[in-house]
Amino acid sequence: MKHGILLHEHKDDVGVAVHDLKKGTTIGAVTLEGKKVGSVKLLHNVPLGHKVAMRDLAKEKPVIKYGRPVGKAVAEIARGAWVHTHNVKTLRWSV
Amino acid sequence: MINPSKLKLTGYRRPDGRYGIRNHVVILPVDDISNAAAEGVASLIKGTMALPHAYGRLQFGEDLELTFRTLAGTGRNPNVAAVVVIGIEPKWTDRIVKEIAKTGKPVMGFSIERHGDLRTIEAASRKALEFVQYATLLQREPFPVKKLVMSTKCGESDTTTGLSSCPTVGRVFERLTKAGATMIFGETSELTGGEDIVQSRCINKKVLGNFNKMFKGYTDLIVGQGVDLLGSQPTEGNIRGGLTTIEEKAMGNIQKIGRCKVQSALEPAVEPKGPGLHFMDSSSAAAEMITLCGAGGSVVHYFPTGQGNVIGNPIVPVIKLSGNPLTLETMSEHIDVDLTGMLRVEMNLDQAADLALKVLQDTINGKFTAAEGLRHDEFVITKLYRSA
Repeated sequence: MKHGILLHEHKDDVGVAVHDLKKGTTIGAVTLEGKKVGSVKLLHNVPLGHKVAMRDLAKEKPVIKYGRPVGKAVAEIARGAWVHTHNVKTLRWSV
Repeated sequence: MINPSKLKLTGYRRPDGRYGIRNHVVILPVDDISNAAAEGVASLIKGTMALPHAYGRLQFGEDLELTFRTLAGTGRNPNVAAVVVIGIEPKWTDRIVKEIAKTGKPVMGFSIERHGDLRTIEAASRKALEFVQYATLLQREPFPVKKLVMSTKCGESDTTTGLSSCPTVGRVFERLTKAGATMIFGETSELTGGEDIVQSRCINKKVLGNFNKMFKGYTDLIVGQGVDLLGSQPTEGNIRGGLTTIEEKAMGNIQKIGRCKVQSALEPAVEPKGPGLHFMDSSSAAAEMITLCGAGGSVVHYFPTGQGNVIGNPIVPVIKLSGNPLTLETMSEHIDVDLTGMLRVEMNLDQAADLALKVLQDTINGKFTAAEGLRHDEFVITKLYRSA
């Protein structure tokens, strides 16, 4: 397996780690159809199933996965960073 | 590419013309205090199964109707050959018996008051033995896929379910729709963030209106609690698996319906009328949802999982699909369809759908699912509000 990151859509902001990824390594990304999306250098360790930023994301910007917003950035997120509940929140059900 | 119309399926033809893929004789308690008697019968008579549960007393209104519908629907399910119903008093017991009797299958009610548990168990056991002897003589016969009613719901989802097991079910459901089968999906609150996709699939304004009413009712209930849902929806298991928001979880979940149209929006535990995909207003908690699907006549269930939900159901065989390599490595005894090849981009969606259809065919023809073998018999009634 040459890729370590899988994307639903070519232009998604985030991809999914398909195995545990190590900080500092450069990892290839592909879409579900097997199209290459380039590679990113990881800023953090990212466990299997967790997300990696494919580009820099500004605070308050919607985060795109499946080609549509699945939340918003609540901190500046750099390309290659681990993306999860610490830096992305829901756009719904907010209290 | 496997066409579901070409599958060789066998099942038990019931008097109402529906087909079951299992042949249970069920001992059904109407209420919590009749569990002991029902379990007493099941322990005496080989080939019977009690379905103990926690409710059935002092419920009222819509909540009572749902409990009746769930219990009667479970007895009516084609996977059930015959039913012994046991309640504390005769009136509510008869309501369940009458609803099951409409299917034409053998059913008889017993009530405990003025007899006691022991005399009730004896009388009910004599009838249960008769029902087992009736059921064990029934033979499987071939049936067409258009007579199949099945359901889906995912659990302990993670990012891998949206990439593998959920879209696999979606692809199978697209093929089953063309073949004229009937499918149920639900998990109302878990569509949040992707509800527009379901709305766009509703076949007409009436279905859309019904769906919108159910969706708004459920989300209003949740938002009305005024609490942060993180940890409950998405669950801690979802979060551990990498899901961050309800929208992300919903988008994975909705992959299960593929490009299918939604033919109707059903109240919980209601049997769909006609082929195609139907939405059922339901909780996203696995045991509750599959119990409601069983009451709605589903005879087999596709359950995509990421982190490894171990759910089963006593009358509806639950087929687990997973693409998460860690789950396959650590808890493979729970998984029926290994889709880890999809994450390696070695297996495409149509190949995954073929694999899922092969397992579906085997399950329908009698092969135990992992959950059946592991005795996962979760039967859980959805409670809408407090009893009186």
